[in-house]
Amino acid sequence: MRGLRPLVTAAGLLLLWQAVVWATGVQRFILPGPAAVGKALWGRRDLLALHAAVTAAEVAIGIVLGCLTGVLMALLLAAFAPLRRWLLPVLVMSQALPVFALAPLLVLWLGYGMASKVAVAVLIIFFPVTSAFYDGLKRTEPGWIELARVMGAKPGAILRRIRVPAALPAFASGLRVAAVYAPIGAVIGEWVGSSRGLGFLMLHANGRMQTDLMFAAVVVLAALSLGLYALIDRLGRRLLRWQPETLAV
Amino acid sequence: MADALRLRVDRLDYGGEALFRDLVLDLPKGRWTALIGGSGVGKTTLLRAAAGLVPGVEGLGPAALMAQSDLLLPWLDVEANVLLGPRLRGGVTPDLRAKAADLIERVGLGDARKRLPAELSGGMRQRAALARTLLEDRPLVLMDEPFSALDAITRHRVQDLAAELLDGRTVLLVTHSPPEALRLAHRLLLLEGRPVRLRPLDVPASPTPRRADDPALLRRQGQLLEALAGEGDKGRATCAA
Repeated sequence: MRGLRPLVTAAGLLLLWQAVVWATGVQRFILPGPAAVGKALWGRRDLLALHAAVTAAEVAIGIVLGCLTGVLMALLLAAFAPLRRWLLPVLVMSQALPVFALAPLLVLWLGYGMASKVAVAVLIIFFPVTSAFYDGLKRTEPGWIELARVMGAKPGAILRRIRVPAALPAFASGLRVAAVYAPIGAVIGEWVGSSRGLGFLMLHANGRMQTDLMFAAVVVLAALSLGLYALIDRLGRRLLRWQPETLAV
Repeated sequence: MADALRLRVDRLDYGGEALFRDLVLDLPKGRWTALIGGSGVGKTTLLRAAAGLVPGVEGLGPAALMAQSDLLLPWLDVEANVLLGPRLRGGVTPDLRAKAADLIERVGLGDARKRLPAELSGGMRQRAALARTLLEDRPLVLMDEPFSALDAITRHRVQDLAAELLDGRTVLLVTHSPPEALRLAHRLLLLEGRPVRLRPLDVPASPTPRRADDPALLRRQGQLLEALAGEGDKGRATCAA
């Protein structure tokens, strides 16, 4: 029953949506009903799949690159104190800068292709991943580090064998945030300028009053994001089975 | 003392106070030395200094550390935790693996070898930490209230096990528990004052681990508790009342 609850809620919302459409007789280019959206989803599945594949690729590359750079930056910050003093304040300040405002610039520099969308996604992901992982590295139980030092471990071994594994749960929560933000970044990039992707399809359909297709694109995007989140969440739980919280589940 | 490890702390301040001044701590080889004193008196700092963890103080060289919390890494199973030292130094040999298996058996965790720390009871975890300490095979073992988080019966059993397995080693045991110090120590030092002085106290002559109902132990336990309670101002006020 518990697993069914969200499905029941969703079905109820869909019914409400259809009821509003019937009751108000609103025109379909303003608000298409779920049936019309379903029809567009099925009827234009080839088109949707084509654009979804582009967006999915941008998101995947964005997550991989964003995580790599974020992890690297966190490791550098944790390992070198001088770097920390010079870089950390700048890094924190840079977060006041809305990445979305940079999207037009990135498109100007990197072109209409995938590169600019990947760049927006990377920029959005970079900070949450860096700060989550760095926080985890910094908060290693001091007793573990002292024990390792008494055992004669070098700082490199302590980082690799103790601090990094201990920071993985923090990294996993950064990764979950990244999974939520990456699709947003890619779509924003596509809105600013592109010829492919779900964001492009949405603008295109909007301009032609094909509101049902636009809704269909949103549904596909939502499914993509949810799938990505579920995948990353499951992966995290699998790798971090030693965590007491996940052990209890 | 001829055959002893000697720790010297010329000066060490803590919170603007003179904690140690020209302090000399001798640890007779092959014997257990217990440090006892109220909380905040400097026992743990002295042990950390011996471990080489206090900047500006030269430690006593290679040592194995057993702390109040077991410090088991939650992502490693018992066996991997016991092998942590070699793993960190980059050399887990088949010999060491065999030795770890033997030690795990001897602390009574044979069946739990592949289990994660979260799946063990407090007593089992501390026994795993004991096996890890023994695998290090260092000339000096430093123990910082290693049994204080255990219930009374488990504590008694793990004390017996530690006394048996660490027999003949040079051990520095920090504790706030008079019965623990009196059961396990060959030599007992009371820490008091600022800067800290070390006052040697008598321990029963019988071999360790001493029985908890040893009359000599019980008598000294009472004296020791009175000495500890009378040490601070608060303690004196309670006595006067």
